[in-house]
Amino acid sequence: MGVNKMAKVQEDFDPYILGIFCNWCTYAGADQAGTSRMQRPANLRILRVMCGGRMEPLMVIQALKNGADGVLVSHCHVGDCHYVEGNLKTFRKMPLFIKMLEQFGVNPKRVKYTQVSASEGAELTEIVKEFVKELKEIGPNPLRMEE
Amino acid sequence: MSNLLKNNEEIKIGVYVCDCGINIAGVIDVPALTEYAKTLPNVSLAKEYKFMCSSIGQEMIKEDIEAGLINRVIVAACSPRMHEPTFRMVVKEVGVNEFLFEMANIREHATWVNLDDHEGAFKIAKDHVRMAVAKLSELKPLEVERVKVEPACLVIGAGIAGMNASIDLAKEGYDVYLVEREATIGGHMAQLDKTFPTMDCSACILTPRMVDVGREEKIHLMTYSEVEKVDGYVGNFDVTIKKKPHYVDQEACTGCGLCAQECPVICANEFEVGLGIRKAIYIPFPQAVPGEFTIDMIKCIKCGICASLEVCEPDAIRFDDKPEYVDVKVGTIIVATGWDLYDPTELKQYGYGKYPNVINGLEMERLLSSFGPLEGKPARPSDLEPPHSIGFLQCVGSRNFRPGGNTYCSRVCCMYATKQARQYKEKHPEASIYIFYMDIRAFGKGYEEFYESAGRNFGIKYIRGRIGEVYEGEDHNLIVRAEDTLLQKQIEIKLDLLVLSCGLVARHDAAQIASLLTIQRSADGFFMEAHPKLRPVDTLTDGIFIAGVAQGPKDIPDAVAQAKGAASGAASLMAMGEFAIEPYYSVVLEYKCSGCKSCQSLCPFNAISFDVFKNIAVINKALCKGCGTCAAACPSDAIVQNHFSDDQIFAMINTAIPPLAKTENGGK
Repeated sequence: MGVNKMAKVQEDFDPYILGIFCNWCTYAGADQAGTSRMQRPANLRILRVMCGGRMEPLMVIQALKNGADGVLVSHCHVGDCHYVEGNLKTFRKMPLFIKMLEQFGVNPKRVKYTQVSASEGAELTEIVKEFVKELKEIGPNPLRMEE
Repeated sequence: MSNLLKNNEEIKIGVYVCDCGINIAGVIDVPALTEYAKTLPNVSLAKEYKFMCSSIGQEMIKEDIEAGLINRVIVAACSPRMHEPTFRMVVKEVGVNEFLFEMANIREHATWVNLDDHEGAFKIAKDHVRMAVAKLSELKPLEVERVKVEPACLVIGAGIAGMNASIDLAKEGYDVYLVEREATIGGHMAQLDKTFPTMDCSACILTPRMVDVGREEKIHLMTYSEVEKVDGYVGNFDVTIKKKPHYVDQEACTGCGLCAQECPVICANEFEVGLGIRKAIYIPFPQAVPGEFTIDMIKCIKCGICASLEVCEPDAIRFDDKPEYVDVKVGTIIVATGWDLYDPTELKQYGYGKYPNVINGLEMERLLSSFGPLEGKPARPSDLEPPHSIGFLQCVGSRNFRPGGNTYCSRVCCMYATKQARQYKEKHPEASIYIFYMDIRAFGKGYEEFYESAGRNFGIKYIRGRIGEVYEGEDHNLIVRAEDTLLQKQIEIKLDLLVLSCGLVARHDAAQIASLLTIQRSADGFFMEAHPKLRPVDTLTDGIFIAGVAQGPKDIPDAVAQAKGAASGAASLMAMGEFAIEPYYSVVLEYKCSGCKSCQSLCPFNAISFDVFKNIAVINKALCKGCGTCAAACPSDAIVQNHFSDDQIFAMINTAIPPLAKTENGGK
């Protein structure tokens, strides 16, 4: 069937995901996932900043421009920020930015914005699995250069 | 500055890949990763070893640095949250700036999450090493700044917590400025009659402590004073304290009390929660420390009787007294501002404020007190007769999940109601006493036994259920309707007196204190600790600690324990004498700053001020915690966060994504 054929084509595709995580929550959550040996598809690379407040939309744009198939932006839950309220600034910026992506002609599903605490390695694992599945449906980033 | 990198020195990176036993080497091909690292720009050498964190691994790095082969180091191993401090020490020992080091996390983020996908893990490991090399090439040497910590502490609030913290610190040799708003120290504990579960008299254990505080040389006691302004940062707080005018010369007053005898103005005594009287010139209670008098200028009619020399022989009355402002410099601050009692007036169904015989727990405490208005012969307010039946209603203003209610448990009410019931029963064994409760929470040492004994040996009746309605019958007697949820039936009981066991709430001015000190409050209004388990007395502002009920409801033993914890936290900072500031703070590039002030309102630590002459933002690096929010928000790119600058982060993003290859190889 057509749908199955389509899915098969995408199965060969190995999405490249860049994670931009804050040091105190999501990066620590990713460490916890590792320490607990929670298995996930090998698609996520992680860039660490100290706080969600340091994350800029430009970082996401640059990653997409360089060919990342997906960007996962994640920090502490609201109220948990190590720096009191840095994450609240990103909490406002990111959803708006994701809305704008569509106007740039970028599929907004390429950017995922989540909140994962230091104890939520299991949640992070599920998020990555889900994201990989979604990206396989979308297909590769056309901006990715070939060798 | 000797270990800082000299300008224009060639970047020579050494990459050390760790096998971590089989944790890494069992999943990916470490020699292939090492070979790959050698191909990256600026990399002079790459080596692998079984355990990089072992002393042999550390020596490898040191030898290569000392031989001049490398001047920057990458260790591709575990999480930086694990061993970054270890390796920073290693490079520092051989003269490389410790911030010219970077870790590539290839264990937690690659091999451990892809145990069976060798090729996938190898791919991620390569990407992480390449990103680390890109960032390290951009890193700048940084200096750890140290600030001096002034060996003095400001303690706000002189209740049982503040007093204990002050005494501990004074004994350790630090100067303590103990600021108390009221005219006496002692706080709420001074108002209590007996304490649960030991039934020892509160005043007997508290007043000697109060005298100790007054006598301790290192404690600079400032009663009837308020903290007006706090500037500065950890180790160097500049505090302005306002001493409110007493209108009585505190040096000259002998505390003889003749003035209060002669004063014609009678008003309600706050210490007796309005159940007793005092004069316009007063001391709050006889054992008050300090024992000098104060004039309540709102109540005083300025008749001048107290000022006459027949009444005040030492001539201590000063009607023209003015507030005095004292500036002190302290290294640490302990906040022990205590609590307010929940006001049950808004719960109209219980009739507090409407029926004279409905009172709150603190009022009951004063009625029971041997030094209270009734001198230990408790009676009900309407006719001053001893009540024959008393009801206690628990959880008033606590554990209320309706909108606007306090959801937390106040922790002391179960025990204080039990204690008050038992105290009354001891004097009036014939009286019927009912305690209406939701759950009895007897969690402390000896509390459960105390509660058991109250029912078993004193015949206090515990009814599980809440009172739905209270109305007044003849002679101001009360009729309460309640539900007994254990018997599952409605009950109606006639009571002579109803005591509402009100919970504890945050001080009415907690918001002002929080903004004065830039500390945070939790959802319940109390001050927030830095970590609920591991840093329960610290705040997120370095150098400021919290103690007692200011942090959340607690009983006396817990408040004292926390006070000792806060004192120890403050003392360890002051004993070190200096405080190291993480150099991840942000810096303003003056030539780029447009003076838009966007950053100023974003900083939760008030670290950004504005230089009106230069028209630029200025960041105080001692206050800056290094979140980088301002750096992300600056529309002119004028703010650079050390160690996480745009150059460094974008260098990683620009090398993170490898060109699409036809096939990946290198996996096992």
